[in-house]
Amino acid sequence: MSFKQRNQYSYFFLLPAGMIFFIFFLLPAISSFFFSLTRWNLTDWTFIGLENFKMFFAEDSLSIGFKNTFIYAFLTCGLKVVFGLGLAVYLCSAIRTRNFLRAVVFFPNLISTIAVGITFSSLMHPTRGVINTMLSTIGITGPDWLGNVKIALLSVIAVDLWKGVGVATVIFIAGIMSISTQYYEALEIDGGGSWAKFLHITLPLSRPAINSVIILALIGGLRTFDLIWSMTKGGPGFTTDLLSSIIYKQYSSGFFGLSTAGNVILFLMVSAIAFPIYKILNSREVDL
Amino acid sequence: MISKPKRLISEILGILVAAIVFGIPFYFVILNASKNQQEASLMNISSPEKFLLLQNIQEVLSADKGIVLTAFKNSILITLFSLIVLVLACSMAGFVSQRRTDKATPVINFLILAGLIIPPAIVPTIWLLMSLGIFKTMFSMVMIEAALTMSFSTLLYKGFTATIPREIDEAATVDGAGPFRLFFQIIFPLLKPTTATIIVLSSVNIFNDFVNPLYFFPGAKNATIQLTLYNFMSKYHSSWNLLFADVLIITIPPLILFIFFNRQIISGMAAGAIKG
Repeated sequence: MSFKQRNQYSYFFLLPAGMIFFIFFLLPAISSFFFSLTRWNLTDWTFIGLENFKMFFAEDSLSIGFKNTFIYAFLTCGLKVVFGLGLAVYLCSAIRTRNFLRAVVFFPNLISTIAVGITFSSLMHPTRGVINTMLSTIGITGPDWLGNVKIALLSVIAVDLWKGVGVATVIFIAGIMSISTQYYEALEIDGGGSWAKFLHITLPLSRPAINSVIILALIGGLRTFDLIWSMTKGGPGFTTDLLSSIIYKQYSSGFFGLSTAGNVILFLMVSAIAFPIYKILNSREVDL
Repeated sequence: MISKPKRLISEILGILVAAIVFGIPFYFVILNASKNQQEASLMNISSPEKFLLLQNIQEVLSADKGIVLTAFKNSILITLFSLIVLVLACSMAGFVSQRRTDKATPVINFLILAGLIIPPAIVPTIWLLMSLGIFKTMFSMVMIEAALTMSFSTLLYKGFTATIPREIDEAATVDGAGPFRLFFQIIFPLLKPTTATIIVLSSVNIFNDFVNPLYFFPGAKNATIQLTLYNFMSKYHSSWNLLFADVLIITIPPLILFIFFNRQIISGMAAGAIKG
């Protein structure tokens, strides 16, 4: 087989993909480690050691991106798991509207994030917005969703959930559908109710789907940029800045070295979170 | 099984919640895209005095010497070329990397995983494109979109290749097919379901991409559809009707795709995630 393998499965086939991947992704990623240690104007660089990183952690307006990116990624991830699973169980029940509702829940995922951001910034307008107008009809004074420093990040997280929960739901539905009905029948004979079914069958057997959702949502959340940028631009002040929006801000003010340092921090942060989680979750899947 | 009245309550409740959570935003966009500037600035969901949707769309399309149409053309071209590169390069890579197991296998697997996880390095990429003299060109934009979607597509092709029996390869080899004929005449047609999934999913993602064109495709004549919408945000900050008309226009292509390929999109997304 090995002789034939070398002939019929030539590594030449990997060349086009490999070359594009190397030049346009890998090479910049590797060189970012060097450029993060420089002051840089794209043509000339001065080596300044760890200055950029020191600055990143010393300045409040930069280090806040760290905290916010954490909050954003873990909160969107957790909410997508909880809401996605709940919706999936509902959309797998014997209701006649389920195909229609599945499509409705999924569709926001196909709309451009900028369009979603624009729409919700208008809906969340503090005085005229539809959300607060509706709240006021039932006697609640709605807050300034995007202008209040305490809740602005949470408002964007809620919109992220609105847009992204469909993907989680679809993955959970695929997971739930692959569970054999025999398990449920067996539990029914033993007298288990629907809560027992969820707890003892659906939840443990959806494990692979849950793992996928956790990984996808975490990676997506850590790297997210367009939603926060179209809704708050990191404001008010810099209270909702994420690492990605700081990278953009430093880039557009011409601090290329600092921007690249931010990029490296994001790179390390995503790797430090995603690779171990990927390993842990995948090893558990084998035990199942 | 659930009893009938209980089921009906559950159905009605579902529709009601969906109407509020998902229906109102869409209704709101369509309604406000049909108003005049003054009415739209009120941001409410009362009906417009005069239905101006077509006039508003016309005004958006003619703004800035038809920048929206240029942007449409650019976005469609970028999407199309990226798809061609993706399908060709990734099907070849996915096939061979699934069939061969040797010392390179763990390296390839690691690179695929790295491509899925690691965020792209922005400024170094710009620096590289400038050194190569291809910054702000459609070619570089296509290559970047392809490079960033490559891991996911290769993974899908790899997964699907595993379901094609090796006996087919062997039979073709015995009949005298070389590596290229084996792949392009025998294997590639068999990969069609995955190709369809990748085309549908990636076209939506690349068409909707905002971050990469923002960094790598700047400049007035290089507009893409998402960049134009973003620029309209500051330009039309007081004309919400035009802004929503633009939102509506750019939602049409994914909507059409979704109506026709609803099943493929949903099952493709689930399959990709679970294999990934």
